[in-house]
Amino acid sequence: MMREHLIRVLAPVAVAIVLLAAWQLAVMFYEVPSYLVPSPLRIAQTMIEDRDLLLGSLWVTAEIALTALAIAVLAGVATALLFAQSRIIEASLLPYAILLQVTPIVAIAPLIIIWVKDTHVALVLCAVVVAIFPIISSTSVGLRSIDPGLADLFRMSRATRLQTLVRLRIPSALPYFFAGLRVASGLALIGAVVAEFVAGTGGQGAGLAYQILMAGIQLNVPRLFAALVLITLAGIVLYLAVGLLAHLVLAHWHESELAQS
Amino acid sequence: MTVSPEVITVEHASKTYATGAQAVAPVDLTVRGGEFVALLGPSGCGKTTLLRMIAGLVAPTAGSIVAHGDARAAMVFQSPTLMPWSRVEGNVRLPLDLAGVPREAADAAVRDALAIVGLSQAGERYPRELSGGMQMRVAIARALAVSPAVLLMDEPFAALDEFTRQRLDDDLAALWHARSLTVIFVTHSIQEAVYLATRVVVMTACPGRVAADLAIDGPHPRDEGYRGSANFAMWCARVSDAIARP
Repeated sequence: MMREHLIRVLAPVAVAIVLLAAWQLAVMFYEVPSYLVPSPLRIAQTMIEDRDLLLGSLWVTAEIALTALAIAVLAGVATALLFAQSRIIEASLLPYAILLQVTPIVAIAPLIIIWVKDTHVALVLCAVVVAIFPIISSTSVGLRSIDPGLADLFRMSRATRLQTLVRLRIPSALPYFFAGLRVASGLALIGAVVAEFVAGTGGQGAGLAYQILMAGIQLNVPRLFAALVLITLAGIVLYLAVGLLAHLVLAHWHESELAQS
Repeated sequence: MTVSPEVITVEHASKTYATGAQAVAPVDLTVRGGEFVALLGPSGCGKTTLLRMIAGLVAPTAGSIVAHGDARAAMVFQSPTLMPWSRVEGNVRLPLDLAGVPREAADAAVRDALAIVGLSQAGERYPRELSGGMQMRVAIARALAVSPAVLLMDEPFAALDEFTRQRLDDDLAALWHARSLTVIFVTHSIQEAVYLATRVVVMTACPGRVAADLAIDGPHPRDEGYRGSANFAMWCARVSDAIARP
């Protein structure tokens, strides 16, 4: 078991080391200029040199993504609970939720940015639009996926609607909710970055997307890579955090988490 | 022997689905306190539908089902149907919580019910940590916790292996005798029906109707030994006969 665990961690790390070494050697050997492909060491050096700028921007982007994710969770769960109340409500509103999902965010973002005066609010809104759908759809599927036998038991016990919701529907929906949250966490970050690209706001509140945009224009490719690495790292941390949360909540009973423990 | 009061009276109850298919033809059935009634028949004979009508989960298309003195029924389903997120104790306590039973009374009822099925030590465990047979015992404890006037069981042991099933049948027979329960038990096993029941109601399919109603006069309490007795063999043969020539 421990060995298995070690392999799961060490194998990807080994792959990373080999790839990075090959990249470093190739760049050195062929003398590729750093404005085309910077070497890993050069990127690391840039990350250290530009750390104030980059970390500030990382915080801006992360804050937008996290705020958006929180709002998407609250609004998404509320919508799913509303859907669970009646088929008519669900039938009348679901198409619009899907509309939100299928319209590309790059196409809506300019409108949102024009309509909403406060740029920060506009960026958060864009990220919410992207992240909310998986929460709504998985949670409403989960609220409906109840064991028919348990549903009978609740009926025979003359349970109220509220009792059935709290003691049966919501616990049944949790695994589905976390599956949706996993997807939504990645989408919130993507939404935040895309919205920043479209908004193109610089200055004090500049996010990582803006740093990538500017670095691209200035051909400061090492900084561009450094910003890219930070976005990816932020995404991974977010994903792992959601995974940990799901594990803490579901580990003692749900198959999805039992298999891993 | 005095006649026990009626607990459930089924009067000409029938069930026809929206498709026009008749699942249960008009059935009359009276169950008295302390009886162990086995509803026996092949798959699709409407025995489960009849049980669900008695449980109040399915409304009869015509006729009526009377639960005397607001007799509360509790049901044990084909699968344990436990809440996986809840410990054994929480599962047994569920119907009490839903009915708003005060904390101390519920605690006591849960303790008693788990003791009856021999799972006093398992209260803190999760359903997934238990074997199929033990999960069924939890389901029975949950049904008993509300002290039901009638216990409805829908092929509860059909999915278990033969050894576990016989153990549970033995325990159920002892439990019924010791606690003077009233049980309606759906099964498709002739041996199980004869072993457990005071009365075997044979049903036939298409549409489901009662073909025979046999009082099993084997002595109580029954145990493993009854399965080898002449009385048991005789009743199994007579029930088989009733199924073959309805």
